[in-house]
Amino acid sequence: MLRKTFENELQQVKDDILVLGSMVEQAVLASVEALKKRDPQASQKVIETDRKVNEKRFEIENQVMVLIATQQPMAHDLRLLASILDVASEIERMGDYAKGIAIINIRMGDQPLLKPLIDIPRMAEKGTDMLHRALTAFVNEDADTARTIPREDDEIDMLYNQVYRELVTYIMSDPKNIERANWLLWAAHNLERLGDRVTNICERTIFIATGEIQEIDSTWDELGEGKA
Amino acid sequence: MVHPTHDETEYILETQNLDIFYGDFKAVAHVNMKIQRKKITAIIGPSGCGKSTLLRAFNRMNELVPGSAIKGRILFQGQNLYAPDVDPVEVRHRIGMVFQKPNPFPKSIYDNIAWGARVHGYKGNMDELVEYSLRQAALWDEVKDKLGQSGLALSGGQQQRLCIARALAVQPEVILMDEPASALDPIATLKIEELMQELKQHYTIVIVTHNMQQAARASDYTAMMMLTDDDTRSGTVIEFDETTKIFTRPGDRRTEDYVTGRFG
Repeated sequence: MLRKTFENELQQVKDDILVLGSMVEQAVLASVEALKKRDPQASQKVIETDRKVNEKRFEIENQVMVLIATQQPMAHDLRLLASILDVASEIERMGDYAKGIAIINIRMGDQPLLKPLIDIPRMAEKGTDMLHRALTAFVNEDADTARTIPREDDEIDMLYNQVYRELVTYIMSDPKNIERANWLLWAAHNLERLGDRVTNICERTIFIATGEIQEIDSTWDELGEGKA
Repeated sequence: MVHPTHDETEYILETQNLDIFYGDFKAVAHVNMKIQRKKITAIIGPSGCGKSTLLRAFNRMNELVPGSAIKGRILFQGQNLYAPDVDPVEVRHRIGMVFQKPNPFPKSIYDNIAWGARVHGYKGNMDELVEYSLRQAALWDEVKDKLGQSGLALSGGQQQRLCIARALAVQPEVILMDEPASALDPIATLKIEELMQELKQHYTIVIVTHNMQQAARASDYTAMMMLTDDDTRSGTVIEFDETTKIFTRPGDRRTEDYVTGRFG
């Protein structure tokens, strides 16, 4: 087959996207677990991992640029490489959300959690599960699956609303809770944004497979909480 | 100097159910395409798929090959190019051609330009025409002090621009280019491509190229040619669209395979 070397290199970059994705999945789950257990050392580890995530992202970016410069990709190959640049940056930003949650945990110092964490870990599990499947669909260029995953973002949005309402009642019952409620709201917000970025990845998958740019809006986004 | 007056309708050339034969062999089958005025149209496709044959049909150059014939029609400004009362010499005057290998006459730079114009009965100021044509071909500054030197003494890239200047001197409306840069180095190639962008302000360009990056960089529209799947082994246009679309999201799987280098 013609272009075997190029095919192999494309596969290598796709594999690296999966590696980057799994680094971030683990970071997100670890950041929430650390928050749940109020374990600042675990949070510190998440912050350190984020540096590796950033490095991996730049490594992927560099691989893509070398391929563009040396292989003159066209059509599907070009869409794939352009999308990989975009998706690598989406994943890297998700890594920043994990780091953000880790920083929250450290900044909270000795303060106990306002309430036991139930919905926030659910958001993290749902989000990372969606991310995992979205990236599998991405590397398989599976537009059908990519179209279905964003619908599940509503579940994350629902959990977020639930967390929000609950925290507001804590604040109303005692304004001294404001700061601790805010920490948790911030963490939940990060996870909500993660879901939106999964949707962006799915849009890219559809673009690679079909050449069509299709914007997928979940209900929450229509409320004006736009995607990045 | 005034530019040739152009009919400003959108399409300058149009093929209708065009078949091109060499004897019994149908080299090109069933081509229906409209070439936009003052745009660059590239014809791409694997070797032997009839790109040059199609290009040469646009100015009746194929007729110089014994046994060649066409079926269907080619319209130039709405007029049938192959109608019995059309003079092929006049066709080649209005639809010029530049070839793969620069082929200046073994004469001075000046005469390379002046000769064609003289043959076509140009009565104006010849010095002006030579300067104008060389300027349009972006060669004037490089040769203005040595117009008496042989055209063959120029570099390959300069020779090709001299041939373009020669084609422009008879004031055509369309310039056909058959792999005009394939014998040139990358810098000379880019000069030709830049020149094409200048020229399309006044002329329509149709270019055959094997270099896909060149088609992608330099053209507005791209026609993808390919051999038909049946036993006839004729070439035909399988996709014709805006260049940006052909190279980012082609509609035909075979175009995709070709532009991504997976054909074959």
